[in-house]
Amino acid sequence: MTITKKKTKKNPNSPASKRARREFLRAAVAGTGIAGFAMAGWLPITAQSAPPLRPPGAIDEKEYLASCIKCGQCVQVCPVEALVLGDITDGFGIGAPYLHARVQACDFSCDAVQCVLACPTGALSHDTDKKEQVTMGIAKLTKPDTCLARKGLGFKGQARGADFEGLHRYVEVDRWTPIKVSDHPYDLEICDLCVRECPIKDAIEMVPMSSDTGEKRMTPVIKEACVGCGMCEMMCPVEPTCIEMVPGVKWGEA
Amino acid sequence: MKRFISSLLLMFGKDFVRPPKETWTDDAKEMHAHKKTSEQVAIRREAIKEEIASAHSSVKWKKRRWFSIIIINLLFVLSFQFDIQLVEGALTASRFVGFHMADLNSALQVTLAYKHMVINLVIGTVTVFLIWWLLGGRTFCSWVCPYHLVSEIGEMLHLKLVAKGLIKDHPMDRRMRSVLYVVFALLAFISGYTVFETINPVGILSRAFTYGASLALIWVGVLFLIEVFYSRRFWCRYACPIGLTYGLVGSISPMKISYNLENCLHEGECRKVCLVPHVLDITKMGYADDTTISVGADCTRCGMCVDKCPTQALTFKIKGLDGML
Repeated sequence: MTITKKKTKKNPNSPASKRARREFLRAAVAGTGIAGFAMAGWLPITAQSAPPLRPPGAIDEKEYLASCIKCGQCVQVCPVEALVLGDITDGFGIGAPYLHARVQACDFSCDAVQCVLACPTGALSHDTDKKEQVTMGIAKLTKPDTCLARKGLGFKGQARGADFEGLHRYVEVDRWTPIKVSDHPYDLEICDLCVRECPIKDAIEMVPMSSDTGEKRMTPVIKEACVGCGMCEMMCPVEPTCIEMVPGVKWGEA
Repeated sequence: MKRFISSLLLMFGKDFVRPPKETWTDDAKEMHAHKKTSEQVAIRREAIKEEIASAHSSVKWKKRRWFSIIIINLLFVLSFQFDIQLVEGALTASRFVGFHMADLNSALQVTLAYKHMVINLVIGTVTVFLIWWLLGGRTFCSWVCPYHLVSEIGEMLHLKLVAKGLIKDHPMDRRMRSVLYVVFALLAFISGYTVFETINPVGILSRAFTYGASLALIWVGVLFLIEVFYSRRFWCRYACPIGLTYGLVGSISPMKISYNLENCLHEGECRKVCLVPHVLDITKMGYADDTTISVGADCTRCGMCVDKCPTQALTFKIKGLDGML
């Protein structure tokens, strides 16, 4: 900004000129402060090692943050209320939706991808219209040593305890309405919750750990069809979870 | 045309320049001459005394406006909480009974950052553009914006503290808003992030109402405190790019506050209540170059001056519909 000198007879020491100078100075300080504070929104973006788990259909992280208009319409249509909006601590990610898979994963109980249909800006791309096309990330068995199946153990009771608020649509219970995971206890000879509740066909399977007959130990194997919805992470009864999402990566990149 | 350009320049932060006498219309010259006769001066003096004694003030428009702000923002909340699905989303973008709406400034930031515009966003933006062109642009600020309401409460507190002599107002250079507007547009375009949304109090408040409290509300609180203790209406007057976006959209709107020179007492009560008093500089004695003037683009059509004016020198007018109202 260049300030052109005006040909005025105004005395630079007149009260009016002094007032104008003070007003300019205040504005310069305040304006720099506002722009600087807004730009500080970059810090959380650069500081994070990986972006959070984004909703189905989310385009590449950089473009996702650019195109999201931060309105939360996706949050409103999700039947399991899986989507949460970013806060100011997420910097430029403020108001942009993400999932906390362990708290509430996406179980596709909307049948189609409702959040994608709700998005007005294409941050969730309309190219995604089936759950199998989703690429939120890839599941990874991060703590194999604690996995019940790998120890040959079963599981009895509520998958995440009585206080867990997470929802899941059990087709065998109610085709249309998700219920609390805590309202659906299990009695499994060998724990296979991650496989059992996976909403995607052939994304994960249980494989015996050896070919010996009588081998009880099984291991979950994640396959290329995995979309990263986080259901296995939410359902895993071990604390902390043995299986976790790696957000934003596609098969072969992880 | 000249008036239109000077109205825009005034909005961008230029000071109002008193129009030289030669440029006044004949009617205006006559009216000013008439108003300067000692008889008229005496009449006005009496009227002003009366006005001050009676503490003339109506809250008609303020009531309607607060009602509008509360109802509109409440509809967003109720639509989600009770699944009425009337207005879904937040003020940045929404669906009104299924039809796309997009806040013009948010849509602009997103488009600059993303450099694409999907059809739904085009639909939403065009719809909202037409609405605010008709209703007068910055009408958004005073009739819809939730921060405006917060800021008005802040202003009341500020004025009380000023009246008690505890603090004083610190006005700023109004050009700051124009500079920030350009800065935020450039930042969005260059960085590819919607930088302004990070600190946008309108989006923060609107989302907090519908989706629950967030830490970002602290920032809104900071702005509120600045407005109470340091600078009156700081954000709306000197900083908010949204106001400038809507000001531009509404600059040629048929919906205006109209100034009538003949009725005016020139006592300046309207300028004291106005968020953007520079648009009312025309009400100063000898500043109006015509007998009726539409108040400039920066006006938010809040109606505070209309409420305050004892002589109906300032009124709401819709161009082309004068006969019908």
